[in-house]
Amino acid sequence: MKLLLPIIALFVVALLAACFAWAEAVSLLTILAYTSFLIFAAGFVYRMMKWAKSPVPFRIPTTCGQEKSLPWIKTHPLENPANAWGAIGRMAGEILLFRSLFRNADVKMIGGRPVYGSAKWLWFFGLMFHGSLLLVALRHLRFFTEPILPFVNGLSALDGFFEIGVPALYLSDAALLAGLTFLFFRRVVLPQVRYISLFTDYFALLLIAAIAMTGLLMRHVYPVDLSAVKTMVAGWLVFAPVVPANAGVMLYLHLGFVFVLLAWLPWSKLIHMGGIFLSPTRNLINNNRSVRHLNPWNPAVKVHTYEEYEDEFRDKMKAAGLPVEKE
Amino acid sequence: MKKGKWGLIIFGLVIFIVGVTFPVWYGAGTSAPAPVLDMDTPVIKSMPNKKCVEDTAFIRAHHMKLLDAWRDEAVRDGHREYTAKDGRRFEKSLTGTCLQCHSNKSAFCDRCHNYVGAKPSCFSCHIVPEEVKK
Ligand code: HEC
Ligand code: HEC
Ligand code: HEC
Repeated sequence: MKLLLPIIALFVVALLAACFAWAEAVSLLTILAYTSFLIFAAGFVYRMMKWAKSPVPFRIPTTCGQEKSLPWIKTHPLENPANAWGAIGRMAGEILLFRSLFRNADVKMIGGRPVYGSAKWLWFFGLMFHGSLLLVALRHLRFFTEPILPFVNGLSALDGFFEIGVPALYLSDAALLAGLTFLFFRRVVLPQVRYISLFTDYFALLLIAAIAMTGLLMRHVYPVDLSAVKTMVAGWLVFAPVVPANAGVMLYLHLGFVFVLLAWLPWSKLIHMGGIFLSPTRNLINNNRSVRHLNPWNPAVKVHTYEEYEDEFRDKMKAAGLPVEKE
Repeated sequence: MKKGKWGLIIFGLVIFIVGVTFPVWYGAGTSAPAPVLDMDTPVIKSMPNKKCVEDTAFIRAHHMKLLDAWRDEAVRDGHREYTAKDGRRFEKSLTGTCLQCHSNKSAFCDRCHNYVGAKPSCFSCHIVPEEVKK
């Protein structure tokens, strides 16, 4: 059921997009393009501000190395950063290389005892998926810049280096689908992961897969007039939208899925694209042993110290024969 | 961190906003209209009925697929004649057909390809007629 609903949802989106294409409700296309982008940008900023405002009174990094303390104790500056550079290095390793996934371990019961082994598959396919997604996004800049940025043309040339087919197959497209396939089957096949998978998990994967599939179909099977597509995008950018003449239904499906992704992204788990920068278990400097961190909103507690107590009750204490510190 | 926090947050958000709206700044409000495709070639000028191999909408979107099919059929199967949907016959050839009518490759094919960022590698082997005459 958790898998069926996302599939149904995608089909509804596809059906709507196809209807728009068929009805040539093209002004709707422009409206959807602007609104989904606005929802994306504003939602992104909103989510970031919300996280930024959340109180993080203490240093709570998750670490797996020694914190800096006494000079003769060996510290791990990257796993347990004691200064900003360490924290930046740690974040870079996390964002660019997914270091924490690299540590994934697998447990098997062998002879009644748990045996730990390395499990790098999630790291490998995760990195492959995210990396190729970045490449694909950058390559799309060819529709958004005129003259096309030189590095975008360079990327496309590199990506289509093997010239498989006409037009050449981009390797990042293949890598993207391979990554998605692994991530999807991981959720479906492994019972533990299936158990904790929800609508959003499947929907995110399937939505991106749908975008990639329609994109590939549009490039290799049902070509569309890219010149007209670029003119349409260029029109959006100068707020003088034009409408592509008889663009194929594949374009509308592709765009339909993209708009859903844009509008849904800030409210879904995919906002981790910004959230990772603000995760306090990763980005904080761990200097708990060298700096005292006071909770800034601690209420002013009225304390009654022993000295005050003794001052108050000294006579009675003396009368009862109790020892006092000050005579 | 505490003190510099809002500075960093604003910095990050500015990078995000500038990044996602980058194409707007890059274009700086100048529109990028589709390139003007030059049809002014001797062969096309002398045509009474100016028609491409297939109808324009089809050829615009599908010419790379058509050429790919032509190549395979001509080179692998030796079928070198193409019958268009309306019955006209053409030789399945890049230089011998497309570039006979569109002999102005740089003002026609290239203009559009530069606009969409397509880089056909065909012409590292196939010749462009005009270039030979020069
Ligand atoms: C109206 C614009 C337009 C014109 C004019 C045009 N093309 Fe193209 N061409 C395209 C587009 C769009 C693509 C596909 C690019 C892509 O998918 O990245 C393409 C791709 C190709 C490809 C496949 C290239 C690849 O990516 O591997 C070949 C070959 C090709 N065109 C040949 C020609 C020839 C020859 C001419 C001139 C007779 C020509 N084209 C004129 C738009 C055009
Ligand atoms: C490695 C060099 C090379 C490249 C690159 C190349 N071709 Fe060819 N092509 C040939 C050769 C050799 C023939 C055989 C010529 C013949 O048999 O008439 C040929 C034949 C063809 C033919 C049929 C015959 C003719 O006269 O044109 C077509 C069509 C064709 N190529 C299209 C293409 C297209 C489109 C591309 C780009 C996507 C391309 N070729 C890239 C070498 C190349
Ligand atoms: C018989 C001459 C002739 C041949 C051969 C020919 N073309 Fe054309 N082509 C034309 C004419 C004429 C037009 C303009 C059609 C129109 O304006 O509707 C045209 C239009 C086009 C267009 C659309 C340009 C636009 O204004 O949108 C493309 C792309 C194109 N041709 C590519 C090719 C390719 C690729 C080949 C080889 C497969 C080819 N042509 C072969 C005569 C020819």
